[in-house]
Amino acid sequence: MPDLSIDFCGIKSPNPFWLASAPPANSAYQIQKAFEQGWGGAVWKTIGAPVLNVCNRYGTIDYKGSKIIGLNNVELISDRPIDLNLREMAEVKRNFPHHAVIASIMVESKKEAWQEIIKRTEETGIDGFELNFGCPHGMSERGMGSAMGQVPEYTAMVTEWVMAVATKPVIVKLTPNVTDIVLPARAALKGGASALSLINTINSVMGVDLDTFELQPNVGGKGGHGGYAGPAVKPIALHLLSAVAADPEILKSRLPISGMGGVETWRDAVEFMLLGATSVQVCTAVMHWGFRIVEDMIEGMSNWMEEKGFETCNDFIGKSLPRVSSFGDFDLGFQSVARINHDKCIQCNLCYIACNDAAHQCIDLKELKITDEVKERAWPVVREEDCVGCDLCSRVCPVDDCITMVEIDTGRPHTTWNELVKAKPEVLEWDKMEAYRKTANIHIH
Amino acid sequence: MAEHYKPNKYKAWELTLEERFQEVYPAFSAREAVLEANRCLYCHDAPCMVACPTSIDIPTFIRKIATGNTKGSARTILESNLMGATCARVCPVDVLCEGDCVLTADHKPIAIGRLQRYATDYASEKGIRFFKAGEPNGKKVAVVGAGPAGLSCAGELAKAGFEVTVYEKKKWSGGLSTYGIVVFREPVEVSLAEVKMIEDLGVTFKNNIEVGKDLSFDQLIEEHDAVFLAIGLGNVPEMEVPGEQLTGVLDGLEFVAETKTESLDSIKHGQRICVIGAGNTAIDCATIARRLGAERVTMIYRRSEAEMPAYHFEYEFALKEGVSFMFLTQPVEILSNDKGEVDGLKCIRMDLGKPDSSGRRSPVPVSDSEFVVPCDMVIKAIGQNKPSAVLAMLAPFGVEQVKGYLKVDDGNRTSHEKIFAGGDCVRSHGEASTVMAVQDGKIAAASIARQLLGADKPLAEAVSKR
Repeated sequence: MPDLSIDFCGIKSPNPFWLASAPPANSAYQIQKAFEQGWGGAVWKTIGAPVLNVCNRYGTIDYKGSKIIGLNNVELISDRPIDLNLREMAEVKRNFPHHAVIASIMVESKKEAWQEIIKRTEETGIDGFELNFGCPHGMSERGMGSAMGQVPEYTAMVTEWVMAVATKPVIVKLTPNVTDIVLPARAALKGGASALSLINTINSVMGVDLDTFELQPNVGGKGGHGGYAGPAVKPIALHLLSAVAADPEILKSRLPISGMGGVETWRDAVEFMLLGATSVQVCTAVMHWGFRIVEDMIEGMSNWMEEKGFETCNDFIGKSLPRVSSFGDFDLGFQSVARINHDKCIQCNLCYIACNDAAHQCIDLKELKITDEVKERAWPVVREEDCVGCDLCSRVCPVDDCITMVEIDTGRPHTTWNELVKAKPEVLEWDKMEAYRKTANIHIH
Repeated sequence: MAEHYKPNKYKAWELTLEERFQEVYPAFSAREAVLEANRCLYCHDAPCMVACPTSIDIPTFIRKIATGNTKGSARTILESNLMGATCARVCPVDVLCEGDCVLTADHKPIAIGRLQRYATDYASEKGIRFFKAGEPNGKKVAVVGAGPAGLSCAGELAKAGFEVTVYEKKKWSGGLSTYGIVVFREPVEVSLAEVKMIEDLGVTFKNNIEVGKDLSFDQLIEEHDAVFLAIGLGNVPEMEVPGEQLTGVLDGLEFVAETKTESLDSIKHGQRICVIGAGNTAIDCATIARRLGAERVTMIYRRSEAEMPAYHFEYEFALKEGVSFMFLTQPVEILSNDKGEVDGLKCIRMDLGKPDSSGRRSPVPVSDSEFVVPCDMVIKAIGQNKPSAVLAMLAPFGVEQVKGYLKVDDGNRTSHEKIFAGGDCVRSHGEASTVMAVQDGKIAAASIARQLLGADKPLAEAVSKR
């Protein structure tokens, strides 16, 4: 049985699955229930400045009958009194000494305010802090949340204030609502943060009602941007995670990262961890199905680790990071072509129409007479010599392993764009590019 | 199709008679319909569409259900098939669209029939009219018979601006959709709503008029620029066995019609019923009898299971309804008691011999194997008479026949220039079905339009684009 426990800059957790700072982590009742069901840790719903909530608070994207592939919210930080939250933190920590309990904090941009609440919260015995520099709605308009996270100087400054008094590890939570997330990440590092977490939610308007013309979420007839989360944001989260985790400065600092943004299953969690996350945080999936999903997350990850021969999480955390690269360093000599397995093909011809209308017109419909059927329909067939290897056909194919992209040897030089423009800067002219393509045996179609 | 089937609870006493005659397959809820529609792959050049005799653009109508454009979905269906609501219920989808669905191979096909019903019912319930009569072109067409072929032809012609009169010998229009499809497959209201839709296109209906009797063919041909014959077939033929004239012996089609037009509790039926034949109408009769409350229903068929003409899903349906089958059994006499009531069916066992002209192995009686099936009612469902009387009346006009059916060319024109025909009365080979009849009507309408208006465009386009 693999060991799922993690040590996150000194914060111990029986497994990498944490509740994110959000409505499921609003109270001792909820967090203790979650721990009983297997969650390894919880980042308490942010405490700090006094707030008043509105309703309705959520908007969702449903897709082809599946509910909530994306969820947005305009709920604020905890609207329960600070004293009550602190009492409950102490209670949870007493009852669950081996679980990770992290306090999320957000107050106005005043040194005294930050340092006072850090000190008060530490008295509860919690294991660490997460600084909420990411909330994109309600708080940001008051100069908090993402308003701090979007300015690297603020991020560094507030982190410094906190580090001056905190004795427990401090995680800085980053907002995705920036042009380059590496900059606030480095700022947190500069401010002395013990760890990073990302992503917070993404600015979004979820939809417009075709009958009432109201926005979603609809607050008494009005709507505005809210924070977007759920399975739909996972690719964005993975990108931002990989950008931060592979940044040389962050890599050198060895700051651990808690990853989140669309984690719903153990598979998602593994992907985040392969890209450098030590723990993962979950909110939307719990809001959809409850705490009970963690049982499968633990078992699924454990089975996967066993299958792969990993004994601890550290054996695979960051394992895909060396593969994070950028366009200029990709191999221009790598060539793949689509191959259709006609034993599996069901002749929906979606590959044909996708290639014909939206790609490079290199799949034909041909009478192949593969079966004995009288009214046999035409089969999609790839003209391999014209296939540019874009992979669209295999993406639209509804049958598993029917269309595969096969690497072929074209005898083309294995070079990258960066190497090429360094060696032959003249290819930046179109006629020279054409000439190079001829010599390098690169055909376009 | 079978998997959607909700078996009738035979604890019949737990259901009222009306409940037992509700549609077997419940309507899709909006969410069910959207979920099912979303399963559709939206194939390019989809085989379901090729399999549909009326070429309904199935992937398009299904996609429209998925996007919430249910009105547009119904339009897509009805543009190709004005009887879309009927076809959604009665089409043998297993051997047509759903049978060719690409998902059938490793999955299960899309429930195309039920989705089509969802869309057409939506339009019908909302009273949406998609088509209107075309600009009058001054040409008059008579349609004889208001079944699916006649209605389809009349509707397409009206869309193209023809003045159309439909002559129907029965009280109600709709043909077999109204009278011949069991009520738990298609309620009579669905068929009558389709009639109303055609009527709203400006088509005149003259019911209770039998052409050839109340109105001569001479007059009809004289007064119209073209005539479309969609007269269907006749009653169930004689079995030519003693006792056939007894009161407990029924014509299967009349038995079905009774359940469509009369109140269910007024229908007299026996408790032990023999149904002769193994086609779809025979299955209808047997299952109706069960749902009416008959304790024992036995279908008698002289060939074996493999040769039975009913669709396989209908056979399965009958089995689930508690109908029993006696294959390789031929009736030889209907027996009666002292009061002249049916009290038994004398049969003889059969063996299968050499293949006959139809390619099926022909049944041969087993000598000395007679036995009696006790029963109090016999329902004959051994096919329908060919339209011989009408053929005789039309012979002087030069209308030719083939094997007792009207002979038509590819454009559904008979050997007489002004007379066209379609539906079951021309089905000299192949399987008669509603959807084929609808397509016949479309083809004839297109031919008539081309002939009378000289339109050189493919007719289907001329008629259906309006």
